[in-house]
Amino acid sequence: MDELRELYQATILDHNRKPRNFRVIEEANHHADGHNPICGDKLVVFLNLTEGRVTDVAFQGTGCAISVASASLMTDFARGKTLPEIEAEFERFHQMVTSSPNSQIDTSALGKLAVFAGVREFPMRVKCATLAWHTLRAALDADGSVAHTE
Amino acid sequence: MGDRALDVASIRKDFPILEREIRGKPLVYLDTAASAQKPRAVLEAIQNFYQNSYANIHRGVYQLSAGATELYEGGRDDVQRFIGAKDRREIVFVRNATEAINLVAHTWAEKNLESGDEILITALEHHANIVPWQMLGERRGTKLRVAPIDANGDVVMESFEALLGERTKLLALTHVSNAIGTINPLKKMIELAQARGITVLVDGAQAVPHTRVDVAALGCDFYVFSGHKLYGPSGIGVLYGRLAMLEAMPPFMGGGDMIETVSFEQTRYAGVPQRFEAGTPDIAGVVGLSAAIRYVEGIGIEAIEAWEQTLLAHANRVLGAIPGLRMIGNARHKAGLVSFVLDGIHAHDVGTALDQAGIAVRVGHHCAQPLMEIFGVPATVRASFSLYNTPAEIDALAAALGETREIFG
Ligand SMILES: Cc1ncc(COP(=O)(O)O)c(C=O)c1O
Repeated sequence: MDELRELYQATILDHNRKPRNFRVIEEANHHADGHNPICGDKLVVFLNLTEGRVTDVAFQGTGCAISVASASLMTDFARGKTLPEIEAEFERFHQMVTSSPNSQIDTSALGKLAVFAGVREFPMRVKCATLAWHTLRAALDADGSVAHTE
Repeated sequence: MGDRALDVASIRKDFPILEREIRGKPLVYLDTAASAQKPRAVLEAIQNFYQNSYANIHRGVYQLSAGATELYEGGRDDVQRFIGAKDRREIVFVRNATEAINLVAHTWAEKNLESGDEILITALEHHANIVPWQMLGERRGTKLRVAPIDANGDVVMESFEALLGERTKLLALTHVSNAIGTINPLKKMIELAQARGITVLVDGAQAVPHTRVDVAALGCDFYVFSGHKLYGPSGIGVLYGRLAMLEAMPPFMGGGDMIETVSFEQTRYAGVPQRFEAGTPDIAGVVGLSAAIRYVEGIGIEAIEAWEQTLLAHANRVLGAIPGLRMIGNARHKAGLVSFVLDGIHAHDVGTALDQAGIAVRVGHHCAQPLMEIFGVPATVRASFSLYNTPAEIDALAAALGETREIFG
């Protein structure tokens, strides 16, 4: 089960067990629901955007270890970032998890989010890793919208 | 004991795919409830048909077409015999159980139900036996009522009976639950409905491959199933309808093969079952289904059922010993499948971990989201058993679940 340990890195298991920023932001000025109909994962991402910068971000919901850990690490990352910074990071993240398992990838720009590199060995799990990101982007695009992985 | 009659080692040799390795481990296929693997007899029948006997049916005067027609209609006889229908015309070929239910919703129900009429289903239904009735409700204003289940996953019979009311026109219920394995007391439920003049449709997708079905003895009006869960090919399914019901029903789709005469002014529809089989059907699918039925008959459905019950008992024993494993569904009578959750580990993660061990199970809501909500879980792991599974495979499942618990600890 080596590939499995590769996928479920200690950081991922830790964030699954103790998700960071796992709360409701009552006075959030942006939020969106995310839903992965295949596995029933449901997330809500809340955030406050002030002058183009995310001042606070949190999430709620249920899901598999990959989707919960991804939401947890994403919210850690997004706090204090500008929209272009978030877009660029999502771009890098998405490229990493969808790249072919045999290709060379450079995860150095990704920081902690590099722990999701193992996901590319599991194409069925890519949507779990990206659900939180799709939901974050939906929250930033239009308030009260629903993000789907489908 | 009937279960000893099954020579599983030799049965396994009939299924070429079981020789496959997944991630370097022998495939352990525990997802027959989603779709069954195919025995060589079915693969060869299809190959042989395309290679030596293929032509369109019901049209050519030439020998090849007559021969193909004979195989296709022979398939109808096989289905009739296998499910105990009285008349071969009661067997309609469709794509799958889903299409069969939709056919009834678009023909019989459109013609006979009106606004305010009620359709009773159970809380155990697959989406295939929920959504077509909701769509009918949008078109026709019919109402959907749901008979509740208890904590074990058995339909609460008092509530069920109370819900069979003045306005109930159709009881549409599953024979066996795909998500938690409950076997409904079908005979009794049908009697209760029919005593009130209510039409009954049974979703037999999970029953036909695992237990003796006798539609005439059951007395239901409609019974549907899919070939692919019965070791046959995908793309072929069956609608059984009592002859008098089918004969009174309008056609489903229009086209070739379902008419008697066509002019641009008027069309006279063909009799049954041709009226419901517009266009060129899945001829090879019927040939494959026919071979599958003969394969199952050769082994004996009772022997298969007994073996699957042996596997179920073994699974309850070894999985029951795993700490933190919670069974979902403990019905009085259960088909050969177990649905469960591991404390603190999402079913999706369990599925990925098991796949690493070469074990194929279904994880998710099993197209029964309302049922999952009743049990308060977003998803379960489902292992379903079949004639080609062994106790050793269930032990492998238990061992892999143990390792999974270690990883997620
Ligand atoms: C109880 C039940 N009904 C209906 C269906 C639908 O079968 P199909 O997808 O072959 O139409 C299934 C398949 O999973 C099932 O288990």
